[in-house]
Amino acid sequence: MWQTCTIAQIVEQTPSIKSYFLRLSKPFTYMAGQHADVRLTAPDGYVAMRSYSIASAPSASNVIELAIERLPDGEVSPFFHDVAALGDEIELRGPIGGHFLWPERPTAPILLIGAGSGVVPLMAMLRHRRDLTQTVPTALLLSSRTERDVLFGDELLLLETADPNFELALAITRESPKRTTDFGRRIDSAMVTEVIGRLPRTPEHVFVCGSNPFVNIAADGALMAGLDASTIKTERYGG
Amino acid sequence: MVTRGFFGRNSGGNEADRIPPGQHVVDHWPVLTAGPTPRIDTAEWKFTLKIGPRPVKVWTWSEFNALPQTKVTRDIHCVTTWSKLDTNWEGVTVDDILADAGVERPSDFVLAHCFDGYSSNVPLADLTSGKAMVALKYEGQPLPRDHGGPARLLVPHLYFWKSAKWINGLQFTERDEPGFWELRGYHIYGDPWREQRYTND
Ligand SMILES: Cc1cc2nc3c(=O)[nH]c(=O)nc-3n(C[C@H](O)[C@H](O)[C@H](O)COP(=O)(O)OP(=O)(O)OC[C@H]3O[C@@H](n4cnc5c(N)ncnc54)[C@H](O)[C@@H]3O)c2cc1C
Repeated sequence: MWQTCTIAQIVEQTPSIKSYFLRLSKPFTYMAGQHADVRLTAPDGYVAMRSYSIASAPSASNVIELAIERLPDGEVSPFFHDVAALGDEIELRGPIGGHFLWPERPTAPILLIGAGSGVVPLMAMLRHRRDLTQTVPTALLLSSRTERDVLFGDELLLLETADPNFELALAITRESPKRTTDFGRRIDSAMVTEVIGRLPRTPEHVFVCGSNPFVNIAADGALMAGLDASTIKTERYGG
Repeated sequence: MVTRGFFGRNSGGNEADRIPPGQHVVDHWPVLTAGPTPRIDTAEWKFTLKIGPRPVKVWTWSEFNALPQTKVTRDIHCVTTWSKLDTNWEGVTVDDILADAGVERPSDFVLAHCFDGYSSNVPLADLTSGKAMVALKYEGQPLPRDHGGPARLLVPHLYFWKSAKWINGLQFTERDEPGFWELRGYHIYGDPWREQRYTND
């Protein structure tokens, strides 16, 4: 079940988030939206385990990407940021999760809403959609403190330019955004309604990921916009 | 395998024997839910006991609150590895619910059902003899919405996804029928002391 993987690459994505590319010793197939569990063991046998969404697309590669945000008082995320180095071995098990999953052959529009590192499973979905050249209309509403804090920002902007069926809306909470299609405030219901309006039809799948308070506001916004509760899937990072 | 450079916060301290393998203690209370947080008006709240497809008794909020209320202090353990010690609950034990309905043991398996469509399966033996309740209060206050209010199941000796939030009924089933997470990769029973997190653990 548990396997040892090796840190093959570390990329500083934002001031607080780094990507860790892990080479699996026992490659597995996974679906966009799933996560892996990571296990750290101290010399005295003490064990710490946490879940991390898989950011990479489910291609055939034996390297998966995790993107980990450093929480100042945390136990595991500061270890990754401050201690873990290239070539280190990490124990991992996965893939896990059978709910927060990109639909198999989507036709009806899809709305993705994330905050901070909550974009990780949504990124796996968008990369998967791109790899399969799916044309299902998709919008991503992504909240971050500043533009520098937008995880995968460059890739998302490129994707939006290249794909007429993909809409990106950033909600930047601590600066004024440069693009007129972005928002310079925290997420609210009006914002969710406006982004839904940029899709050609009512979305039938909504994926929301982030901290619990953020997810509650986003999911309530989708409900107030008239979407059915059964279409809304949430992943809460447990804060 | 020892992880290079990892020493851990070692949060267990004196309580180490109360913390199942792979768990760590938290003081706060994380929230994990698969969909929107439902808003449930106690005026509309109903709790239904079923044997198979057949409803045998339905309680309104006031009828349910008139059942004997029991207080317990328990440790709780979430599959995402946090544990919370000495949490205080108040509610109606499953024993008292069954007694009020005059139901004894129509089968050995139960599914808990919830307002949001969630469900979770628990063997009857894990719900009776004071092991479980439908909790209405947490730390003396009405149960917060985020944590399943107005009412959630409390089965503290199993991983906490079994303690279904926003519960609206219990159903006896012929066989042990997997619920929401049990159909989506999580263990059918979920004993934290045996680390039964995922399907084949
Ligand atoms: C399915 C899933 C997927 C996830 N995916 C990702 C992902 O892709 N990227 C990512 O960065 N994270 C993700 N997470 C979150 C991740 O699992 C960890 O929870 C996160 O990295 C924090 O772990 P930690 O050990 O650093 O912090 P912890 O030590 O667990 O602490 C977590 C937070 O709680 C606070 N805290 C700790 N103890 C207390 C206390 N006693 N009282 C109050 N507050 C306290 C800490 O200050 C910290 O901010 C995911 C979680 C889940 C459940």
